[in-house]
Amino acid sequence: MDSTLVLILLLSPFIGFLSNIFFGKSLSKNLSGTIGTIAVGISFVVSVILFNKVLQSGKGITVHFFDWLELFNFKVGFSFLLDQLSLLWLLFVTGIGTLIHLYSISYMHDDENLHKFFSYLNLFVFFMITLVAGSNLLIMFIGWEGVGLCSYLLIGFWYKNQNYNDAAKKAFIMNRIGDLGFLAGIFIIGYLFNSLDYLTIKQVLASGGFVDLGWLAFATLCLFIGATGKSAQLPLYTWLPDAMAGPTPVSALIHAATMVTAGIFMVTRLNFLFELTPAVLNVIAIIGALTALIAAFIALVQNDIKKVLAYSTVSQLGLMFLALGLGAYEVAVFHVVTHAFFKACLFLGSGSVIHAMGGEQDMRYMGGLKSHMKTTYITFLISTLAISGIFPLSGFFSKDEILLVAFHENKVLWVIASLASIMTAFYMFRLLYLTFFGKFRGSEEQKHHLHESPSLMTFPLIVLAILAAVGGLISLPGNSWLNHYLEPIFIGSRPHHAVDSTAYMLMGVATVGALIGIFLAYSKYIKKGELPAKDKEVTGFAKVLHNKFYVDEIYTAIIVKPIYALGDFFKAVVEVAIAAIVFGTGKVANLLSDQGRTLQNGSVGLYLFVFVLGFSTIVYYLFLA
Amino acid sequence: MLQNILQEIGIENYIFLATALFCVGIFGVLYRRNAIVVFMSIEIMLNAVNLLLVAFSTYHQDAAGQVFVFFSMAVAAAEVAIGLAILVAIYRNLKSIDIDDLRNLKG
Repeated sequence: MDSTLVLILLLSPFIGFLSNIFFGKSLSKNLSGTIGTIAVGISFVVSVILFNKVLQSGKGITVHFFDWLELFNFKVGFSFLLDQLSLLWLLFVTGIGTLIHLYSISYMHDDENLHKFFSYLNLFVFFMITLVAGSNLLIMFIGWEGVGLCSYLLIGFWYKNQNYNDAAKKAFIMNRIGDLGFLAGIFIIGYLFNSLDYLTIKQVLASGGFVDLGWLAFATLCLFIGATGKSAQLPLYTWLPDAMAGPTPVSALIHAATMVTAGIFMVTRLNFLFELTPAVLNVIAIIGALTALIAAFIALVQNDIKKVLAYSTVSQLGLMFLALGLGAYEVAVFHVVTHAFFKACLFLGSGSVIHAMGGEQDMRYMGGLKSHMKTTYITFLISTLAISGIFPLSGFFSKDEILLVAFHENKVLWVIASLASIMTAFYMFRLLYLTFFGKFRGSEEQKHHLHESPSLMTFPLIVLAILAAVGGLISLPGNSWLNHYLEPIFIGSRPHHAVDSTAYMLMGVATVGALIGIFLAYSKYIKKGELPAKDKEVTGFAKVLHNKFYVDEIYTAIIVKPIYALGDFFKAVVEVAIAAIVFGTGKVANLLSDQGRTLQNGSVGLYLFVFVLGFSTIVYYLFLA
Repeated sequence: MLQNILQEIGIENYIFLATALFCVGIFGVLYRRNAIVVFMSIEIMLNAVNLLLVAFSTYHQDAAGQVFVFFSMAVAAAEVAIGLAILVAIYRNLKSIDIDDLRNLKG
């Protein structure tokens, strides 16, 4: 029964992928979209069924299909583990996935490669389910690589634009750097525990087995490097903003709600390992906080509506890693869930705006869309309030818990995280004001074209906005359903921060901070009616921010250029030398064979003479010498 | 009785004769330009070997050698048929069977 359900869960999107990639061309556009949506919808239904089961029994389900690898006593099974953590992830991956598929039917309607789009999306969902539901690190790695592939395919979906292709390649290469770390981590863990299975490792640790902590720290650090690639953290985050080249539903699904949270999933999944290496946890916390701050800084001055959201995603992911680094895994998971709701809603909302603007993404040419797009505006507003952390929307609770943990563990990190969230409020409201308020600044033609998106697009927006509003209920301070639900995936009991006066004080501080951010944005963009300067007129610190701290340029200078130089060296020196040797050998052979050719002059008499001579020589040496 | 033959004419004489025939064949192959003569010379060489086989067969009291000779003569007959047919074909094409004219096998 369980194995059938898991098979349906996995294969439904895969069959959707196959049918769209092979027969999609001959299907009508609506049909291929419907197939894609239903395929993911089925997975969602199965996830709900399994979730209910686990919720009632309180025990994870393990489904073993077959033994995959067997080397002496090292075994890797092709099996899946559906416990509290993976089911939570499955619920929002397939749930939000279904909504975004639905949205894409309308959003991508005019695209000639619509069937390809849906097949890639379905393949992505398939790999994401594999990643989340696998019962060991190797299965997770299959999913990990698979989602990377789909991300690449979808970023470069509009392949006729070379910039988009470059963005796709950048994402892929950045991820490969991280993946190398991830793979190294898997190998070390395999070496240490003789198993890659989560439950086996957990059992070994729970029963107090001996582990070489030095190697383990190295392994967890490698795994975290993998996470920095996939989840866009320092120093590998630069691919995510560029990944906005893909169609907007892709940005919503892959680059905001699901794939980029894979790193957080992995760390939470292996919490029992990370817990043993506090030094690595410190690194994670520091990297997370720095990423949150730096990305928030960059987001302040971006003018592309999707780029703002992308940097915001990087920043929020940084906050989640901060929580992970401080050992508050449940809090990170909570923020993943709420972030998935409001960020997916924001991206889909921006997609709706871009749709109405006829492809324009620069906020300097928007404005005043409020009256033209009521539904989009309201859902966008709710999500913006949520991400800014305004009571009682979901973002308030999740962000506040991160800040609370940070306050208890490390005041410096708390200050950084608070700064990042104040800036979040500022740049999100800047986005909102520039897009929806004021006067329309685009062309007459665009103004004429403005319209609310069709209901197929607004429906997912409404659902996500509602979720973004009430999502905080799953983990209310003091009475957290989520913390209780997730308890079985940890070893031992979890520390609880009581809801005391400090907590209320922090909530107040966070809310005031958010309001300050909103007020600053209001006074700058509504009261004074300022507009972001043109690209060339940006000066001072803003210019540094505008150029994203020159990180791309620095990477080019210290990594790309030296590699090119090395390549040039190989081309100019080594290749020439090798070519000389190879061609020299060839020339000698040619010269000799040219001489040999003249022997074969067609004279039968000569042939016979040589034959007799040779025969005589053989006879002489064999018998007479 | 066969023993007697070898007693009257020693085995070494058969070997000398065979060697002489073989050398005659070789020189014929090397010096003559007429393809038919070359062909005949090859046959002489073949028969020199046959003779040697028969002689040793008698010397060793083993009939297998003589059986081999029968085989080799049968094969030689077939070979002659094909060889002559080729020569006829060459003659029809070139109006000559001088091996110096056969230069089309040049590499």
